[in-house]
Amino acid sequence: MTSVLYDVPGPKARRISLIGSVIGTVVIVGLLAWIAMTLAQQGIFEGRRWAIFTRGDVWMLLGNGLGATLSAAAVAAVIAFPLGLMLCLLRISLVAWIRIPTRVVLEFLRGMPVVLMMLFVLLGFGTSQFVAVVTGLVLYNLAIFAEILRAGIQSLPKGQREAGLTIGLTSFQSRMFIELPQAIRRMMPSLVAQLVVLLKDTSLGYIVAYGELLRAVQVMADFLGNAFLFPIFFVAAAIYIAINICVSRIAVWIERRGSKKAAGGVAPAMIRTGLEGAGNDPVAKNIVPGPDKK
Amino acid sequence: MDVIIENLPLYWNGFLRTLFLSVVSGIIALVLGTLLAAARVSPVAALRGFSTVYVEVLRNTPLTIAFFFAAIVLPRLGVKFEQFEIAAIIALSAYTAAFIAEAVRSGVNSVALGQAEAARSIGMNFGQVLSLIILPQALRTVIPPLINILIALVKNSSVAGAFFVLELFGYGRQMANANGDQVMTVLLGVAFFYLLITIPLGILASTVERKVAIAR
Repeated sequence: MTSVLYDVPGPKARRISLIGSVIGTVVIVGLLAWIAMTLAQQGIFEGRRWAIFTRGDVWMLLGNGLGATLSAAAVAAVIAFPLGLMLCLLRISLVAWIRIPTRVVLEFLRGMPVVLMMLFVLLGFGTSQFVAVVTGLVLYNLAIFAEILRAGIQSLPKGQREAGLTIGLTSFQSRMFIELPQAIRRMMPSLVAQLVVLLKDTSLGYIVAYGELLRAVQVMADFLGNAFLFPIFFVAAAIYIAINICVSRIAVWIERRGSKKAAGGVAPAMIRTGLEGAGNDPVAKNIVPGPDKK
Repeated sequence: MDVIIENLPLYWNGFLRTLFLSVVSGIIALVLGTLLAAARVSPVAALRGFSTVYVEVLRNTPLTIAFFFAAIVLPRLGVKFEQFEIAAIIALSAYTAAFIAEAVRSGVNSVALGQAEAARSIGMNFGQVLSLIILPQALRTVIPPLINILIALVKNSSVAGAFFVLELFGYGRQMANANGDQVMTVLLGVAFFYLLITIPLGILASTVERKVAIAR
């Protein structure tokens, strides 16, 4: 698509683009150099500031922080997914007095800041920080998981459910054995993308004083002195970003693999473009025989 | 209930501050995000590269890290702010811009190929194709996801409350500490004010989505 936006560059345009690229690179490198200079004036690059990373206890504290981050995320994800699944089923229930209250609850959970829920659990129920962080994450993410799965079930062709009911499955059995497995597979990229969000949101634990990675940075900076804040922060941020990029990559990979597999089947995007084509394309209209031409 | 009525002025101040943070960061992020999306599809390789790296890194950075950087690391490096609001706005808009850039880019990709081809065949250059033909159509299709990003922005602004900005969450924390016996009521009040912004926006998003779906 992107190459459609401009002509294949000729010699002149290539030259201009090259000059543009060079200038752009110089500007960006200049900016980075200016930042580096400013940092250097603060003495950020002195060896002694980075020498702390040769100490084992610094890495141990960072490792503890990372462990706290990952364990909160893992526990929250494992609890939130089945709950989200359950609420998804309640949300699309045929019984109005189950469906509507569930919808209200889900809207409420989706509209609240996660950190507020963490604080609510922490202060309201007097739990430990870990429980507060996990509960906050679970409450928010189960609502998102439920919505993703609902979108997945509703994107299935109607015939799936009808066929299930026809062969004598109950409504619940059709949901469980026919629709949900397909919905989960179809929504896999969104579900993994939500895991990245969940992992990122564990950093909100910093605000309720849960001892996760960022809190470990703060504690070390307070203990070792401000001079070491930047190096420690830099390394911690790099760890966070590296983990998140890895999980994001997995999501992209699953998406690619899924779309390749579905190429012969019914990927939702294909249904949509197919309909658009039939509506707007005069050639397609001619192929479909009108009732009057018979 | 009495706690909420007594502290209504505080709630109101916090609500206005949250609204202010969200609106200002939202506008900056929309402009920055659209520019980033334009850079992402431009013929100049350096711009494409910069935009890609920016979006990848910021999208995978936890918001708390962005705030920590803007509010705690930057001042200690010598970049002083008059008010912490400025740090909050920098963190929020830089973070949100990455998501907006991705949404706009997917909108650009959803515009039919023939549109760009037609525009180019009548002699438009890249800037004209993008600004006159593609972006107006792309922005229209991505309005629902953009509203969802703005809802997330409103909720994300609560992180500012932990970094020395007194907005809804910040006041909520203060009031919860002051009224230790009625923590639940106080925080439910805070939740109510957040829902006052996020639920109407959510309804707006689904209405627009339905309208767009019918129009296509």
